[in-house]
Amino acid sequence: MKKPIIATASLAGCFGCHMSFLDIDERILDLVELVHWGKSPINDIKTFEQDCDIALIEGGCCNDEHIHTLRDFRKHCRILVAVGECAIMGGLPAMRNNIPIQECLEEAYLNSPSTAQANPERILPNDAELPALLDKVYPCHEIVKMDYFLPGCPPRADLIYGALTALVTGQEAKLPYEVIKFD
Amino acid sequence: MSETIETSSETITLTIDGQEIQAKAGQTILQAAQKNGIYIPTLCALHASKENGLKSDIAPGTCRICTVRVNGRTMAACTTPVAQDYIVENDTEELNDLRKTIVELLFVEGNHFCPSCEKSGSCDLQALAYRYQMLSPRFHYAFSSREVNAESPKLLFDRNRCILCRRCVLAITTEDGKQLFGFTKRGDKSGIIMDEELVKNISEEQAQQAMHICPVGAIIRKEKGFDTPFGQRKYDHNPIGSETVCTTCNGEKS
Repeated sequence: MKKPIIATASLAGCFGCHMSFLDIDERILDLVELVHWGKSPINDIKTFEQDCDIALIEGGCCNDEHIHTLRDFRKHCRILVAVGECAIMGGLPAMRNNIPIQECLEEAYLNSPSTAQANPERILPNDAELPALLDKVYPCHEIVKMDYFLPGCPPRADLIYGALTALVTGQEAKLPYEVIKFD
Repeated sequence: MSETIETSSETITLTIDGQEIQAKAGQTILQAAQKNGIYIPTLCALHASKENGLKSDIAPGTCRICTVRVNGRTMAACTTPVAQDYIVENDTEELNDLRKTIVELLFVEGNHFCPSCEKSGSCDLQALAYRYQMLSPRFHYAFSSREVNAESPKLLFDRNRCILCRRCVLAITTEDGKQLFGFTKRGDKSGIIMDEELVKNISEEQAQQAMHICPVGAIIRKEKGFDTPFGQRKYDHNPIGSETVCTTCNGEKS
C-alpha cells in the first residue's frame, strides 16, 4: 500500500505545536516507516510537489497570507487537522480581537517602550509586500472546513502521536483522559 | 426558581437511571442524586460544604447543565423537587450530548482562553468539556467584548470568562448580609457587577471563597496565580464527577 503523505503548516502560532510534535521523540522513527513527508517547516519543503493525505495546521489566521496558505492546504490535502488552541479558537493572538486594529498597531510601533524612541517618524509598517492584517484573528474552521481537532497549548505529544498513527493506520485513536487538555 | 432548599422528613422513593433511591420531600432531584452518590453535572448549583463555606445549598437554575429527563420531560435537576415514583433519566447519550452542546455554547459565547487562565485545570466548565470530550465547539466564536475589573486589591474580576451562573451573587455576602456581586441588565446584555467599595475591603478568606465558588476563572484571587503546579490541579487526572460522594454524609446512603 502506498504510504500516506503528511504536510504541516504554522500560521498565527508560536511553533509550540510543532515542537510538541517533535516531542514524540524516537517514535518519529516509527512514523517515518509509516508515512512520507510533504511540505512542512520540519523538512523545509516549501511547495506542494504532490497532493497530501494529512495536514497538521498550527495557528489561526491573522493576516491574508494565512488565509491563502490555509486555502491552499485545503485544496491540496485530503484531511486537515487543527492542532492546538490557536488553530481551534485563535488562541493568544485572538486576545486582540476586541482591540481596534489601529490601536494594536499604534501600541506596537509608536507607543511601546521599545519603539517610542526608535521610530521618530512614527511610521506604521506599510510595505506592499507585507501581508495585510485581518480585522480579527480567526480560528481555522471559520475559514475552511477542518476535519479533526487536537486541543491543547500545545497538544500533548502523546495526543498528536496517538491521533496521527490512528489516522494513518485506520485504527481508533487511543486518547486517555490525561492527554486531552486545553492548556 | 428556588435558591435555598428546605427539606422535610417525609421519605420519597424515585428512580434515577434505573436505580431506586430514597429522598426527603422538598429535596431537589440534584440533592437526592448527590446524597446517593449519583453524579449530575452542575455549573450554577452548589452543594454546601465546609470547603466552600456555604451554609445551605444554592440552585439558581441558570446554566441548565443538570438537565435530566423526568417522566419523559426535560427539567433542570437543581430546581425540580423530587416526587413519589419519579422516573429520572440522567446519564444517557442524548442528555450528555445536550450537556456537551451547552458547554460548547458557553465556550463560544465568552472568551475562554484556557492557556492564559489561572483557573485552568481547576475550572468546572473546562472539566465538563473534558468529561464530554469536546475537542472543539461546533459553533463559531462570538469573541464578545467584555471588561476586566482589576481595581480591587484582592480580587480580579474577568468578565470574559463569566458564564452568568449567579453563584457569586448568592454566595458571597458580607457578615451583615450585603451582596458583593449583583446582576445587571437583561438578555444578551446581562452581566455581573461588583460592589467595588465592599470588594475592596474583602478578607483574605472571603477572597479565597469567591475564587473557589466561581466555577470558571472569572473571579481570581490576586497574588496567588498558578500556585498549584501542573499535574496536581483538581481535574488533571480524573474527570469531574468521578469523585462524587455526598460531602455531608460521606457517601452514606440516606
